[in-house]
Amino acid sequence: MPARRAWRNLPEYPTLIKKNGTPLKPERLFTIAAVFLLLLVGCTDTPWNNPYPASEARSNTFYSSFSERPKFLDPARSYSSNEWAFLSQIYEPPLQYHFLKRPYELVPLTAQAMPRVRHFDAKGNLLSPEAPAERIAYTDYEVDIRPGIRYQPHPAFAKDADGKSLYWPLPEGALQDIHELSDFRHSGSRELTAADYVYQVKRLAFVANHSPIAGLMGDYIDGFGDFARQTREAYEQLKKQGGEEEPWLDLRPFDLPGAQVLDRYRYRIRLKGTYPQFIYWLSMNFFAPMPWEAERFYHQPGMAARNITLHWYPVGTGPYLLSENNPNLRMVLARNPNFRGEAYPEEGEPGDRAAGFLADAGRTMPFIDRAVYSLEKEDIPRWNKFLQGYYDNSGIASDSFDQAVQFGSGGEARLTEAMRAKGIQLNTAVATSIYYTGFNMKDPVLGGDSERARLLRRAIAIAVDMEEYISIFNNGRGLAAQGPLPPGIFGYREGREGINPYVYEWRNGKARRRPIDEAKALLVAAGYPGGRDPKTGKPLILNYDTAASGPDSKAMLDWYRHQFAKLGIQLLIRATDYNRFQEKMLKGTGQIFSWGWNADYSDPENFLFLLYGPNGKAEHHGENAANYHNPEYDALFKQMKVLPNGDERQAVIDRMLEILRRDGPWIWGFFPKSFSLHHAWYFNGKPHLMANNVLKYKRIDPVQRAAKRIEWNRPVVWPLLLILALLVLSVMPAWIAYRRREQKVAR
Amino acid sequence: MIAYIIRRALYAIPILIGVNALTFVLFFVVNSPDDMARMHLGAKRVTPEAIQQWKHERGYDKPLLINHQAEGLDRLTDTIFFEKSLRLFQFRFGQSDSGRNIGYDISQRMWPSLAIAVPTLLIGLLVNISFALLLAFFRATYLDFWGVVLCVVMMSISALFYIIGGQYLVGKLLSLVPISGYDTGLAAAKFLILPIIIGVIGGIGSGTRWYRTLFLEEINKDYVRSARAKGLSERYVLFRHVLQNALIPILTGVVVVLPLLFIGSLLTESFFGIPGLGSYTIDAINRQDFAIVRAMVFLGAVLYILGLVLTDISYTIADPRVRLG
Repeated sequence: MPARRAWRNLPEYPTLIKKNGTPLKPERLFTIAAVFLLLLVGCTDTPWNNPYPASEARSNTFYSSFSERPKFLDPARSYSSNEWAFLSQIYEPPLQYHFLKRPYELVPLTAQAMPRVRHFDAKGNLLSPEAPAERIAYTDYEVDIRPGIRYQPHPAFAKDADGKSLYWPLPEGALQDIHELSDFRHSGSRELTAADYVYQVKRLAFVANHSPIAGLMGDYIDGFGDFARQTREAYEQLKKQGGEEEPWLDLRPFDLPGAQVLDRYRYRIRLKGTYPQFIYWLSMNFFAPMPWEAERFYHQPGMAARNITLHWYPVGTGPYLLSENNPNLRMVLARNPNFRGEAYPEEGEPGDRAAGFLADAGRTMPFIDRAVYSLEKEDIPRWNKFLQGYYDNSGIASDSFDQAVQFGSGGEARLTEAMRAKGIQLNTAVATSIYYTGFNMKDPVLGGDSERARLLRRAIAIAVDMEEYISIFNNGRGLAAQGPLPPGIFGYREGREGINPYVYEWRNGKARRRPIDEAKALLVAAGYPGGRDPKTGKPLILNYDTAASGPDSKAMLDWYRHQFAKLGIQLLIRATDYNRFQEKMLKGTGQIFSWGWNADYSDPENFLFLLYGPNGKAEHHGENAANYHNPEYDALFKQMKVLPNGDERQAVIDRMLEILRRDGPWIWGFFPKSFSLHHAWYFNGKPHLMANNVLKYKRIDPVQRAAKRIEWNRPVVWPLLLILALLVLSVMPAWIAYRRREQKVAR
Repeated sequence: MIAYIIRRALYAIPILIGVNALTFVLFFVVNSPDDMARMHLGAKRVTPEAIQQWKHERGYDKPLLINHQAEGLDRLTDTIFFEKSLRLFQFRFGQSDSGRNIGYDISQRMWPSLAIAVPTLLIGLLVNISFALLLAFFRATYLDFWGVVLCVVMMSISALFYIIGGQYLVGKLLSLVPISGYDTGLAAAKFLILPIIIGVIGGIGSGTRWYRTLFLEEINKDYVRSARAKGLSERYVLFRHVLQNALIPILTGVVVVLPLLFIGSLLTESFFGIPGLGSYTIDAINRQDFAIVRAMVFLGAVLYILGLVLTDISYTIADPRVRLG
């Protein structure tokens, strides 16, 4: 046992390193290492764990993260919030949402004023604004844009001394040393014109762009379908002639009656009939301007092979430009040097001034020079980096919720002591989204207009306790829905008059879910006493179709089973992947399902259309997944859609909600609450759940941030020294034993 | 040897066709072209016409394997399988379904993967072999016993625990290195320290036990006794004789994984935010991007075959008795 002997007879320390003939013993080596590390700790004012370059420590840079890489950055194609988080800082549609006012309100962005809306009859006569919808044949939206707005610097605009484009057409081999957009040495700019907006409307119609709203706009914009057909034919012909996979088709010569340039700064969009909600679309990136030069530039041979495409390198007029696009690592927005500047709003809603949201009123935006978004796929590192001060703001993942938030006795959310000590602030807001559980109204058991089915659905709606669901699975972050309209949307009613009387009752100033005994009584009335099917005498079996099939979903699915079991109904879970789930929904073969909707715009139409008959998913491939169809509701929907916000519209909505609550095609689900955190050095953090172009309003204090980062991230080196010492100590007996064995002589 | 390599290359062709066909069938059993179109066009307001147009543009409106409406050879060639697979054999991966050039993406993403995988492999080898030799040297002592216990404990811990624990301890509590992230050039070094350390530590348990077994097998052979009998030092015996004779199984394990280092590690890259190839395939499967899936599976198969050939060649270097014919 040489090793054991070695422990007992420790001789002098073995020599490890020799320098100039002087032995360097382990304790000396250890001391040197310790002194070196301590010097290193003392000499730096940059935390060792800082993921950013030290030179950026006090820069006016905003740091945040993203979890899913954007796929498309073309405003005609992109329809996803993770893409709009970038795009909306770069592209500028004519309108935007007011940053502070609630309910949400549209205001001009590049437009000089709100668009002039004019109605015409079939003969082209101008109608009054109050004209009934059936008389309106066309509606014109005339938009005047501000002169002097310029595009960001971009090689597509670069010209030589003769005014010819520098990078079009590119000679063969010109792209040899080009790997990304910044490799083009020259750039240029030009003024934004009305033609750029019209060009973008044409791009929405052009089939090769696969705009997700092409189908919807085809129903409204005059001549949209014909334009799509003409350009598709021309494109096919161009492909055959040139042999290129994706040649550039210049859309300018093709006429689109629904989108016309009136002069350099004025354009008109003509809709068939009337569609008052169209004004909201004018605040979305789909209607942002696109310079034709950019399309021509990106469609040159060799560009796509280098991923230099419009999907990857946007060209806009907004406050920021995309200076680095590496969605596998980070996306960097930098201040657009050509941005004209915009004043911070001077008015908001009551309480904004006290909350500090008007401290920058009238100041020129944007305030931040640069924004760095790092890819963080996992919640844990994202959360830890936020706590270290390396992200300025953060959401709250379920794993970290208890660490960050606690609920008071009145149910109000507040930060934990640890968060408050760091100066972290919490913002909450109810999202303009809904998660609902729907019944397939085509189903013979649950669907249809019979009183039996209606009572059965109502009993289930009472039994499925959404308040409990929110508490268990959403950390209390949600508001049980009384109907399809979330707070903040016109038509939503607070308090007693806003409750769903079929599922809730008003007790002690609060909406209380009706007792389960009432649900059981409804079940008896529906002909299913004790939840038993009278035909078989066995428990009624219902099917829940879901795409949530992983182990993480088990608890949630068990919870659903338990809710139905309260009524004696047996719930069968038909879990599948999302593809099959969608297929079932499209075929109308599901029975009970859960789905969600995130509003495009803040109009009740964008929620109520989810139950409009002609939008039925099974028959019309629309968004009415429950396939609900009620003639009275449909008629009221058409009426409501064209009414301006006011008493008349409220009355119509009230009636529609009453029909929906009575029929109960959904278990109304809940409106998710958004909880976001930010550090003390981050200002103007008022949540806005409709607008995406909010980066320009944000302000940070980089000096305070740098100080806090140093304070919170001092390197702790003694455990390293301890580990080093333990390693030396643990290797030493082995070393000694080895030496002894090597030096042992035969006797 | 050249004849051997040519023969192995020819064997690879049917294997690759088989792998390609299997990938194709498995992918399309789960996803239909309609599903792919819906995934790419988004969840909202997608019309049947838009789906049809998307499929038409990408050639997904053709039959999968056999075109019953075509004549002659076109019955096989005018299909999604043939059109999408043939170019792979020329290493032309084409564009992903979202329009990105796959070859370009692979060439960009393989470097971060290699930056983690190569040092982890080399340092891991050094540490594991050293530790295994140490245990072999002190075989049947308490040091050996507790060393093996330590190895079993380390093997039993999940890789995820090492990653999360390492990030929490080193990145958060001690604030020594960034918790996650990456950068280009030399600036990448500070981001690589922690994943490499965790990768090495995570592999010590299994690696050391494997190498220890190999060394113990060798150490009991007659030639080792003879070497000791003629007075060679234990260091010389271990490094010169035992290690060299244990090289064949070591090489089998190491060389075969060399080409797969390009493929990267899903878990490590995901938690550390490393933009490598590890998550490329998984992301593509989640996004139903068949173009990337088939390219990555094909590349993986090619690299694996390459690894096996390299292993065979390395045998001839490690053991002069081995001849490839």
